[in-house]
Amino acid sequence: MSIDTPTVRHIAHLARIAVADEEVERLKGEINDVLAFVDQLSEVDVAGVEPMTSVTPMAMKKRPDVVTDGEIADDIVKNAPAAQDHFFLVPKVVE
Amino acid sequence: MNVQTSTSKLIKGATGDWEVVIGLEVHAQVKSNAKLFSGAATAFGGEPNSHVSLIDAAMPGMLPVINEECVAQAVRTGLGLKAKINLRSVFDRKNYFYPDLPQGYQISQYKSPVVGEGEVAVDMPYGTVRVGIERLHLEQDAGKSLHDQHPSMSLVDLNRSGVGLMEIVSKPDLRSSEEAKACLAKLRAIMRYLGTCDGDMEKGNLRADVNVSVRRPGDPLGTRCEIKNINSIRFVGQAIESEARRQIEILEDGGAIEQETRLYDPGRNETRSMRNKEEAHDYRYFPDPDLLPLELAETYVEELRRSLPELPDDRKARFMSEFGLARYDAGVLVAEKESADFFEAVVARADGTLRDAKLAANWVLNELFGRLNREGLPITASPVSAEKLGAILDLMTEGAISGKIAKELFEIVWAEGGEPRAIVEARGLKQVTDTSAIEKLVDDVIAAHPDKVRQARTKPAMIGWFVGQVMKTSGGKANPQAVNELLKAKLDI
Repeated sequence: MSIDTPTVRHIAHLARIAVADEEVERLKGEINDVLAFVDQLSEVDVAGVEPMTSVTPMAMKKRPDVVTDGEIADDIVKNAPAAQDHFFLVPKVVE
Repeated sequence: MNVQTSTSKLIKGATGDWEVVIGLEVHAQVKSNAKLFSGAATAFGGEPNSHVSLIDAAMPGMLPVINEECVAQAVRTGLGLKAKINLRSVFDRKNYFYPDLPQGYQISQYKSPVVGEGEVAVDMPYGTVRVGIERLHLEQDAGKSLHDQHPSMSLVDLNRSGVGLMEIVSKPDLRSSEEAKACLAKLRAIMRYLGTCDGDMEKGNLRADVNVSVRRPGDPLGTRCEIKNINSIRFVGQAIESEARRQIEILEDGGAIEQETRLYDPGRNETRSMRNKEEAHDYRYFPDPDLLPLELAETYVEELRRSLPELPDDRKARFMSEFGLARYDAGVLVAEKESADFFEAVVARADGTLRDAKLAANWVLNELFGRLNREGLPITASPVSAEKLGAILDLMTEGAISGKIAKELFEIVWAEGGEPRAIVEARGLKQVTDTSAIEKLVDDVIAAHPDKVRQARTKPAMIGWFVGQVMKTSGGKANPQAVNELLKAKLDI
């Protein structure tokens, strides 16, 4: 499996990552190297093997329906580049 | 499955009839104290970002842990929809970029939802429409963006971020806006009976996406458009009507429908295209590596099944069999849990005996609902309690007051409050059943109108006029039956 230049631009846009034109070819090469590495797994025959969802045979941990968190608005917006009255401020996104 | 398409449901176009085909995707907020994967509160309102944990804000290294009550609520809802409960389901990441989604993905369920196929019975005037349920899955709500509070920036509040939602997807089994509205109302009622969603559409905790397409009757399905995020049952109806009209006009002009996402604008009563959404469907789902599959034991599901409360359909059947109510009346009473509870409280006396259920139903449906509608009040805010309405009915069945006085008494209790029995005593509203007192009134009326008495001999229907006169002079307190009998005897008719 490998990807082409338009696909690199497309996934960069979906993730809202700015990629300069001169970076696209280099990134395409790097992504295809990663894909080629992972592709080696397809050499293993897994017919009839149930997909493994966890390396430990355990059931999903659950939490009781109790409020134990929150009321930390100062902490929540502490690292935000911009905030106002405990709201995050982001560039206007309305169309 | 659907009842035979009746011609009344078809929409007339310039070139013939069209059938509208509708499916619903309902987003219902899970009723829980804490969020789906964090310990922050789900409470409505609150200061900006106050009901937010570091998990909801997607801080690095935070891990989600599922709230067991949210799982139970989803299973209960599935059981209420007579649906298959999947003992193994999987959480996936639905990836998209938006500022009110700090993770950059929504945790949802894609290929393996917790609830599979089910069915909901929707009562229409022409019969019951059985609407298939495709699936129900659990997912996270997003935060909220405010665009009009700042000249150049948007404000983001994450209080809703991570609140549990149930997405319920119906099959395209609905054939008119009326059926779609009734189906949404029924889903809402089921969840409110179950206590799994408050269904408060004004607070946005029940929202619907509506898929609409049109076709010639008997043709294959047409291309559909999805109208997003409608927050009232009335708007669902209006959006479908206007969208169906739009599609019919395009098709009759020889055009083709483009599959797209649209928004309904209630102010203009039209739907319009949401731009730039075509790539938004590229969600790149994959199983969330932070979460193990959700595995449920058969015994756990059975335990929840046993603890389910009575649902609207069962309650309606019981009102019909136990109380002898008509299907329509029973249906109206059970549509809202609070109405059904109120009715049952009117029927039951404090000592455990029961009042006349049909009389109680008539009074709740006509007098009480009529009055509540005029004032725009919900039944929970009724100034006349179920206990007081019951006391009014007792006074009437005992013969202490007439039906007419009962309505006056109802108005007094509505406006001024007080105990019905005490009001009747204090204001002398008691019906006069003492024959000698009534006889006196009858004699007076006859003596005052000799001409009418002559007319009555040849025209017996005149007796109605006499009854009216006597009732008037008695202030409505004479027993009308006694008056009638006395008049018949005295007028010799």
